[in-house]
Amino acid sequence: MGRIEDTFTKLQQRNEKALIPFLMAGDPNLELTKELVLAAEENGADLLELGIPYSAPLADGPTIQQAAQRSLAHGTNLTAIFKLVEEIRQESELPLILMGYYNSIFNFGLEEFVKQCAEVGVDGVIIPDLPPEEGAELQELSTELDIILLLTSISNQTRIEKVTNLSSGFIYAVSTPGVTGAKEELSTEIEKTVTKIKQFKDIPVAVGFGISSPTHAQQIGEFADGIIVGSAIIKKLEKSLDLLEEDEEKLIAKVSDFISSLKKPLT
Amino acid sequence: MSKGRFGEFGGAYVPELLIPALEELAEAYDKYKEDEEFQEEFRYYLEEYVGRANPLYYAERLTEKLGGAKIYLKREDLNHMGAHKINNTLGQVLLADRMGKKKVIAETGAGQHGVATATVAAMFGMDCEIFMGAEDVERQSLNVFRMKLLGAKVRSITEGTATLTDAVDAAIKHWVENSEDTFYLLGSVVGPHPYPTMVRDFQSVIGEEAREQILVAEDKLPDYLIACVGGGSNAIGLFHPFLADEPVKMVGVEAAGLGVDTDKHAATLTKGDKGIIHGYKSYVLQDDDGQIMPVHSISAGLDYPGVGPEHSYLRDSGRAHYEAVTDQQALEAFQLLSEAEGIIPALESSHAIAYAQQLAPKLEQDQIIIVNLSGRGDKDVYSVADKLGVEI
Repeated sequence: MGRIEDTFTKLQQRNEKALIPFLMAGDPNLELTKELVLAAEENGADLLELGIPYSAPLADGPTIQQAAQRSLAHGTNLTAIFKLVEEIRQESELPLILMGYYNSIFNFGLEEFVKQCAEVGVDGVIIPDLPPEEGAELQELSTELDIILLLTSISNQTRIEKVTNLSSGFIYAVSTPGVTGAKEELSTEIEKTVTKIKQFKDIPVAVGFGISSPTHAQQIGEFADGIIVGSAIIKKLEKSLDLLEEDEEKLIAKVSDFISSLKKPLT
Repeated sequence: MSKGRFGEFGGAYVPELLIPALEELAEAYDKYKEDEEFQEEFRYYLEEYVGRANPLYYAERLTEKLGGAKIYLKREDLNHMGAHKINNTLGQVLLADRMGKKKVIAETGAGQHGVATATVAAMFGMDCEIFMGAEDVERQSLNVFRMKLLGAKVRSITEGTATLTDAVDAAIKHWVENSEDTFYLLGSVVGPHPYPTMVRDFQSVIGEEAREQILVAEDKLPDYLIACVGGGSNAIGLFHPFLADEPVKMVGVEAAGLGVDTDKHAATLTKGDKGIIHGYKSYVLQDDDGQIMPVHSISAGLDYPGVGPEHSYLRDSGRAHYEAVTDQQALEAFQLLSEAEGIIPALESSHAIAYAQQLAPKLEQDQIIIVNLSGRGDKDVYSVADKLGVEI
């Protein structure tokens, strides 16, 4: 059993929901990302998504796009991210999922990507611009690596069945039509899709896009197996970036406190 | 393998949220492509509104001046609104109308596609919003004003290099959020399936007419077709109806900017590598990590880091060849055609003229070149004057 499946099983036994924070690797530098990952784990993260920064992120709103720009400013690439994961793995067994755009992975080489993931201990990958129709090659190569696919509130039954059959680890359900970004009001329209997925197959479903507060976490936790929070966490980090030089611990504490507040309603 | 492939290129690399909209579009297009009434209406507006067929003009003075092959110009610049872009926007707006969409959005570089979209949106009474890079808004103020006159909203995009590629990103993101009531009227043979095929089909009227016209004028097929390539819609429109005519050589001309060995060019097929951009696989200008590179051209319409997937296929199969000419060469061709023929070409089209200028003298006098004069140059006179150091 892989780390992802294992984690969801354990959470289910404890009647808990998964908190999956998203951090952009290298925002603002890779050393801090490592500290943030370890702090996130201590403060309730059950799995974690690490973003591969990309220059033209089609599914992301301004918050994550700017995080990518900060990371790219000092040349973060997949080679550096694999090294980061290798370092994290020396201290942690937290399930790690890479989230990035297909061109980064295609350019790196699919075989090499899958090989590196296995070597350093990446458990899954989310590629928002790689729908299953285009993902056959990667699917074939990824025997160990979970390929987590996305479904939305406007996916029809045929689509739900097709994607669910091909997804491994869990399903990423997109809360609202749009790009990533923290929202004030969150629609729970996605509940219907989650129900349909569950009726079709027993697979964990995590909801992401727009989740920005413990209240949202609670709302989504009512019906999903986990929540994914990206932009809201990055905003906390962004606001405290001036602490980077003088008081890194305080910066990390601000982000971890928020992560911890998101986990509470899920336990 | 997915639909919409040209060899290994093309496909639909898009967020899951766009899948229903693209499926709806592909289905509608498949249906109306075969629909006689739809095709008849398309032809009707091409004749009565766009003013087709436009001439295939024998450029006698230019031919004499260059002293080689006979040069014919396919006069897309004489279309309503002054460029080939309207062939495609007209086709797509008819489709949008049949699909019951009330809003159209589009990206634009030089502003030609924006104007062509605003034009047909006005004609069909649809809401229209145009996404345009802030730098292009600056460079193409005349077209911005034209779009506004036509009732469109122009959204200036400041992300990234604030040019066409960022405008495409922004338009796609807007579509992700609003796909249920909005039609994305993509302006070139790029993007996810079905766009590269659909836009090519709407633009193929260029090559279909040119093929008939040259047979009437010369009783034989041309030796060369030349067209500029940014995304590549005017080029594929000219090339496609000639693909089966093996002896006809095809040359796509990209923007070499300050030179293909500098970091300021937009010569995707000359210098790019295989990759994924804006939802399709093709050659892409990217760095070693697969990040999209900033591009440069004197012409806003060629300033694009990707290229239509069918062009990548034609390049790799050897059926078409791709060359690049610099800003300076395009500028000289702009002046050459203006003086020799009394035709002010768009800076985009000037790239094709510049290559014809190099090629024609090397050919025999009984050989024939067709150059696609994809747009007129009125929009460019301010920036050309600026480059020539003339104050208007």
